[in-house]
Amino acid sequence: MVAPAALRVVRCGGSKLHGARAVFSADARYLLCTSGDFVKMYSVGTEETVCMLQGHADLVTGIQLNPQNHLQLYSSSLDGTIKLWDFTDGILIKTFIVGYKLLALYALANCEDSVFAVIPKSGERDSFQLVSVKLTKTAGQEMEAKELSVILDGVDESPKHTAFGREGEYVASVKEVNLQVYFFKRKQMNRFSLSATNTKGGNNRFTCVACHPKEDCIATGHGDGKIRLWRNFCHNKEYTFSTLHWHHDIVMDLAFSVEGTSLLSGGIESVLVQWHNGSDCKKDFLPRLGSAIEYISVSSDGTSYCTSHTDNSRDVKTGLVVDPRTKALVLNGEPGHLQFYCLQSDKQLYSLDIVQQEYIHQAGLNQLDLVKVAFSAQGKWLATVEEREETDLELQLKLWVFDEETQSFKLNTRINMPHEDHITAMCFRDRDEFEDDSPMLVTAGKDCLFKAWVIVEDTDPEAQQSVSWSCDFVGSYHNYQATNCCFSEDGSLLAVSFEETITVWDSVTWDLKCTFCHPPGKIRNICFGRLTCSKYLIGATDHGFLCCWNLLSCALEWSAQLNVLVLQPDPLSEHIAAVSWLSKDSSLFVFKPNKPRPICIQRNLCKEKIQFAAFVPRDIPETIVSEKYLWLRRSQLYFLTNTQELMTFSTKSPEERLTPSSKQLAVEESLPMTPFSLLLGKHRQQSQEDVDLGKVVIHNHHNQDSPAVKELLHTPAHVLPSASFLCPIFINSLLTSKESKSAEEIADEVEMESEEAEDDSDEERDIIEMEQDDLRPMDFLGETTCRLSKSQEKELRKIRKMDYSWISSF
Amino acid sequence: MASYKPVVVPVQPRLGEKVTQDTLYWRGYKTPVQIKEFGAINKIDFSPVSPYNYAVTASSRIHVYGRYSQEPIKTFSRFKDAAYCATYRDDGKLLVAGSEEGSIRLFDISGRAPLRQFDGHTKAVHVVGFLSDKYRIFSGGDDYSSNLWDIPSATEIVSYSEHMDYVRCGCASKLNADVFITGSYDHTVKVFDARTKKSVMTIEHGQPVESVLLFPSGGLLVSAGGRYVKVWDVLKGGQLLVSLKNHHKTVTCLCLNSSGQRLLSGSLDRHVKIYSTTSYKVVHSFNYATSILSLALSPEDETIVVGMTNGVLNVKHRKPEESKEKSQKKRQPAYRTYVKGRNYMPKQEDFYVSKPGKCVLRKYDKLLKSFQSSKALDAVLEPHIRLYTPEVTVAVMQELNRRGTLRSALAGRDEKQISLLLTFVTRRVIEPRFTPVLVTVADMITDIYQPVVGQSVLVDKQFLRLQEAIGKEIDYQEELLEVLGMMDALFATLTKKRAAYLEENKSNGLTKTLEQDMNN
Repeated sequence: MVAPAALRVVRCGGSKLHGARAVFSADARYLLCTSGDFVKMYSVGTEETVCMLQGHADLVTGIQLNPQNHLQLYSSSLDGTIKLWDFTDGILIKTFIVGYKLLALYALANCEDSVFAVIPKSGERDSFQLVSVKLTKTAGQEMEAKELSVILDGVDESPKHTAFGREGEYVASVKEVNLQVYFFKRKQMNRFSLSATNTKGGNNRFTCVACHPKEDCIATGHGDGKIRLWRNFCHNKEYTFSTLHWHHDIVMDLAFSVEGTSLLSGGIESVLVQWHNGSDCKKDFLPRLGSAIEYISVSSDGTSYCTSHTDNSRDVKTGLVVDPRTKALVLNGEPGHLQFYCLQSDKQLYSLDIVQQEYIHQAGLNQLDLVKVAFSAQGKWLATVEEREETDLELQLKLWVFDEETQSFKLNTRINMPHEDHITAMCFRDRDEFEDDSPMLVTAGKDCLFKAWVIVEDTDPEAQQSVSWSCDFVGSYHNYQATNCCFSEDGSLLAVSFEETITVWDSVTWDLKCTFCHPPGKIRNICFGRLTCSKYLIGATDHGFLCCWNLLSCALEWSAQLNVLVLQPDPLSEHIAAVSWLSKDSSLFVFKPNKPRPICIQRNLCKEKIQFAAFVPRDIPETIVSEKYLWLRRSQLYFLTNTQELMTFSTKSPEERLTPSSKQLAVEESLPMTPFSLLLGKHRQQSQEDVDLGKVVIHNHHNQDSPAVKELLHTPAHVLPSASFLCPIFINSLLTSKESKSAEEIADEVEMESEEAEDDSDEERDIIEMEQDDLRPMDFLGETTCRLSKSQEKELRKIRKMDYSWISSF
Repeated sequence: MASYKPVVVPVQPRLGEKVTQDTLYWRGYKTPVQIKEFGAINKIDFSPVSPYNYAVTASSRIHVYGRYSQEPIKTFSRFKDAAYCATYRDDGKLLVAGSEEGSIRLFDISGRAPLRQFDGHTKAVHVVGFLSDKYRIFSGGDDYSSNLWDIPSATEIVSYSEHMDYVRCGCASKLNADVFITGSYDHTVKVFDARTKKSVMTIEHGQPVESVLLFPSGGLLVSAGGRYVKVWDVLKGGQLLVSLKNHHKTVTCLCLNSSGQRLLSGSLDRHVKIYSTTSYKVVHSFNYATSILSLALSPEDETIVVGMTNGVLNVKHRKPEESKEKSQKKRQPAYRTYVKGRNYMPKQEDFYVSKPGKCVLRKYDKLLKSFQSSKALDAVLEPHIRLYTPEVTVAVMQELNRRGTLRSALAGRDEKQISLLLTFVTRRVIEPRFTPVLVTVADMITDIYQPVVGQSVLVDKQFLRLQEAIGKEIDYQEELLEVLGMMDALFATLTKKRAAYLEENKSNGLTKTLEQDMNN
């Protein structure tokens, strides 16, 4: 059939979301965020990722709406380009090649043909300048934008350190303890500076700046938590400033509300403070926002504020775990929380509070952190380990039971200090669903012990049947640190690795069955083979060997030289994925334990080290033609790099994988429905569907069932379009179409017709006129129907184009 | 923006005896009243009718005690030798008792002289009782025979001599007027039906039977003998249901509580054990001064009376139920306020927005929420928290430590407060669950207040006490380690034999190494 598709590495999530300030779309329905090399558009209403703008080759550093057309977006990147996007459709319109690293981007309403960017000063390190970039209006996809004019020298690289004032009259930039204000009209530059420390020893360094949208007022944030409001700064000497002080640490970002009546500030405390009228006494707080505030942005209608936080960059310590119930990826979320992340929709399903302690947002505090997570086979039990290390270690093992009623996990048992030292590994005994009522948990610790925990029932006969977990067995081996543990598929054997040795225990009698080792390497990973390969035990040593032992003969079956970082068995097949690190890049080897030859080798996965991997079962087994990629049939492999990018494999081409049309549809559906779109939209959709499916449009004899007739009859008369328009629809609905045409013919015809439509402008004009006729009665109705916004207009235009094929098909 | 999360106070599992509903119930008795009798008390029987007097058989007398009287309200003393097993009839009007000389006497509860005397046993009669038709009496004697007597005519109806040893216990069925059961020292329990000439069932207990008991339903039989209490299913032909071995000396008496949900057994090992009749597990046990011979529970479990071998009668009365009027006195809001807004039925199209439950914070939580660490520490050092719930105090200390403000919270205190803190630390630092936190606290206190040592006698004394307490604890731990070492040595010798055949299979000889150059 088709040539075997190559396996591609696909990024599917993760990465930092806080490269730059987020931007609200003009109607505040969508939020645009930078995410690594992409720009993501989220729907404010549904929190879903609506679309992703990809095209930059490096980190996106700034995004701004085009002041001339608020359906377009400028984005700047470290790759030296500014791109103009139509974000509702996810189309790249233009690319401007600047040629310098762009560190920040600003756009002004009154500068039609230029944007402002911060670029490094040529020849000097750590010195940056603010330039205005002239964007040529010529046609073409890619063009050079070399017309740069320097506005300010010696600005700071951070986008927060520069702000444009009221109607673009001036620009304020801060660096260290200096504030410089440049007035465009007068071409005058005013500089103000503070002493490095004030009398009380506070840190006077500027950290951010914001300009009042209506008045001549600049707000600056400082390292000691103070906010200064500067006024009268057009005179170099007679300037004044007032101070607001609430934050106890650095002010991370400032933003004025749309009308400038209130000022928003945020910092490490993760409290959003709203200062009213610039006075110290009236302020509102929005505490416990999860983590330190990095950026604040305000929507243009003033109803929503967006705060970007730094917690996104936290380490994932728990590894990737798949929740057997929801098939969601489970990993660290907010501090002390576990997030359930849906891979399909790139969305956090929910967040489970594990630590259940007040998180104090303060620099340099050591807080309880979640380090290990494990699910039982059916997802009924969840075990978590949290630790806090200061002078002495604080450890807690918590066991959560899934509550069917509330559909979330409920704390069942809390065990303080389950081990004397760090817990290195934890696993549940996987049993069949019939025997899931007696699960067992094994934890391995650096205190040279491994412990088995089981459920005990309350002994009181009349008490409510409550269960709790308690320790059943404590095992050790020659006082070596236990590093890994793993149950065999049937749960009868437990393998625990102690530094250089793997010990195999009977999980019922707790007898030590046998030991394996491959000196001199210490054991890094172990896992049992599954299904037909359940007699094998795989181990990887940090000496660069991958070994496979036969449990029946207790002998080494094979070994291979491979520096394995991650060893991940597929729960649904015999395949085991090993990710190795070879000096510069990571490679993936997929093998079955019974054969030493790998099934699939994928080199150069990524430049970063891969930290964790997980097999996520697919809902529907995929049909994969190639023998080589058969292992991807039932589950998908996801892996997380140490820069926290989540990646996966796909054999499909990028066009297949992404279904922008469906996302597009989501955008359209969320637009407000006008009676007009209601009437026409359905038809368009229907005909579009028909065309897509290549089906013959069949109008059945039951004309009353035809949507056109229905609408005609059910829509109130005053909102109906003119009769001249409705007439052909009505008549057409009465006709029975020919059914002899084959599907392909129809498709061809439709294509042809749509081509015609593009060429033949006369015909189109006719239709425009016709539609304008249609619009008139609605205008007549006056204020009841709102004026069409630009987006709706655009929508209509689109409809019109599509509409033509529909009408002509009759 | 989640709400404030209160400080988590770790709950420790309570060690030792678990407090269950049963323990609460059976602990609800007052301190016992002791009454001295003339000899070993072999039987206590409650009158089945109010006011629930009870007859105590000891030596040659039968004393009838009222509910709260410590003196007998009536005495039957017409016995030449020991009397045995004074038992009430169902209507509480007649009392029957056996005797050492072999005669059985029937008393009217209001009279003094016996109404009837049944002679026929040649040896002592240790067990007598009424059948449930009220007109017949069964008895068992040391002459190995079990007899049935007619009350009106005072004659023997039938005599069974099937036991091979002394008959020492028995009971009658409540449902069938013809059935009675006797247990004997020949290790058997026999079920007799008055309509037949022979026993209808024989159950082998295995030890000399000291007591038998039939459940009110008549389906289950409990026998006690030796150290065992055994439960038999009579309807299944005497199948053993469960064998309980919870005493370490002979079990002498059995008794059911008023609801029939609990079985009590008294033993020579000075314990009364209470079993649940559903799970047959011990739910509670009482401890007495000497060996127990007899035991009775009044209707409604009002009183537990236990008779001992040394003639002491131990009477426990139930504490009166604590009146719940106190809580009711608290003024409830008016009905109208109470139902305000609650009687509104939401319509189908209504969107229901539930009101978030108001979270009431403790005082220390409020202070912690507003970052007043010093005051929060003060709040948990209040006497009622410090003394009764030290875990709260320690949890707050730990939270302060987590926030990095413990040092500043501990600093700047006056003599009295330091002394108070040190007293708390000294007292609690040796408790394992508090040790990690309190060691940090002690460290910080000594650190902070080092410069002022010697200025106050009070504080100095506390410091010395703390030192002493820690010193003691260290010595204690050392001793424990020594014991542990000894035990390890013992265990090591024990497990040596087993380890011999559990040979570790080390297969690290690279038998079959398949080297593969993955770079190819």
